[in-house]
Amino acid sequence: MAARHPQLNENGELRHLLTIEGLSREMLHHILDTAATFVGVSVRDVKKVPLLRGVSVFNLFFESSTRTRTTFEIAAKRLSADVVNLNITTSSTSKGESLLDTIDNLVAMHADMFVVRHSQSGAPFLIAEHVNRKRGPDVHVINAGDGRHAHPTQGLLDMYTIRHFKQDFTKLRVAIVGDVLHSRVARSDIQALTTLGVPEVRVIGPHTLLPGGLEQMGVRVFTDMREGMRDVDVVIMLRLQNERMRGALLPSAQEFFKHYGLTEEKLALARPDCIVMHPGPMNRGVEIDSAVADGPQAVILDQVTFGIAVRMAVMSILAKS
Amino acid sequence: MNTLDAEAIYASLLDALRGAIAGRDISLIGVHSGGAWIAERLHRDLGLQRPCGFLSSAFHRDDYGRRGLPPEMKATELPFEVNGADIVLVDDILFTGRTVRAALNEIFDYGRPARVELAVLLDRGGRELPVAAQYCGADHPLAPDSNFVLSRRDDGSFDLRIEQGEG
Repeated sequence: MAARHPQLNENGELRHLLTIEGLSREMLHHILDTAATFVGVSVRDVKKVPLLRGVSVFNLFFESSTRTRTTFEIAAKRLSADVVNLNITTSSTSKGESLLDTIDNLVAMHADMFVVRHSQSGAPFLIAEHVNRKRGPDVHVINAGDGRHAHPTQGLLDMYTIRHFKQDFTKLRVAIVGDVLHSRVARSDIQALTTLGVPEVRVIGPHTLLPGGLEQMGVRVFTDMREGMRDVDVVIMLRLQNERMRGALLPSAQEFFKHYGLTEEKLALARPDCIVMHPGPMNRGVEIDSAVADGPQAVILDQVTFGIAVRMAVMSILAKS
Repeated sequence: MNTLDAEAIYASLLDALRGAIAGRDISLIGVHSGGAWIAERLHRDLGLQRPCGFLSSAFHRDDYGRRGLPPEMKATELPFEVNGADIVLVDDILFTGRTVRAALNEIFDYGRPARVELAVLLDRGGRELPVAAQYCGADHPLAPDSNFVLSRRDDGSFDLRIEQGEG
């Protein structure tokens, strides 16, 4: 028998959320259905429910982030959890303390949940396996993005957004455009889209920014954006990840925009009701034109709003698994 | 006997409400899922003007710590102004009173109603909180390890069975 994935408990329930890979279609829909019930919480008179009262959530961001950290913080607070944001760059890690020593210290302070972002792929796995071994089932880890590997809550909120606007996954053409090579969002999205039964997932980008093995993940690869955009229902633009670029993968940002930037003219090749998504932060004029980013087909700010509900759902599912 | 005449019990609840709400502008709120079915039907049979509300008690339940979220959650939808509203909360079975407590908290997250009354199809006794229904279809005490199971047929009529416990 294969070893159990560290994110599942002995009943197959989510104990941690580390990756979308390996989660069933039923599990993904369960999370999205639960998120749907949380959307309304943010527009009530009292934007707070008491589910996580007494639970301590530690935001551990070893890599900078504004939107993801803020939406996790808001999600936890709307669930009545106590939130501690650790500024890692000024903490003990920068004085040489190991990652797992930091975790042990926080667990000794009775942390119940860690939201972890790390530039190293696999860091949240390491933490989850460590707390499973040392602390049993009561401490939970959520991967808020690790290196190039995974960003499962972004994947889930993207799926929530697509389901909200398109209802049925099984009739869609979805294109993911840009710097796929460095994108953990792309990986999580591809896994979620294929699990949810999207018949055609396309990836569009220059050869230098596409990883190998994409066909094995069940996607169609296009290096010509005009060809790849034809008749798609959903386009997910990726940020050009300057900070992750090593060497000269691109001639210039202007050149990239010319070939792979989403303009109104390229968007016109998609279906007329195609929605435009972007995980943020956007580089206007690099991967997306302002006219599209601010246009009627963009659902980029809906993604942010839904992201809070999705993170509330994940936290409340994990907390009592 | 393992079944009850759910339709007769519903008719008795409907009568009780009809008399009490004359001249009032009430808002009905059904608790998912059994209470929502009953509220929907009452709303139609009473010919109410205000839209019917539906409520999930899941966010305020006191057993989340032991049981987690229910497997299938439904959203609360209150399509009217809660502040100052004259509300009748509707549930199927009144037992410990804990669902009603959670439902009241949920309502108050949306505003401060002028009044909240409780209407239930059946009161099975066994209260653990100081909760009482103003309108009740029938009283039917039941052993703690047994349960009533309400279902709705395709034609909208109700069916009420007793699931006996081990003892």
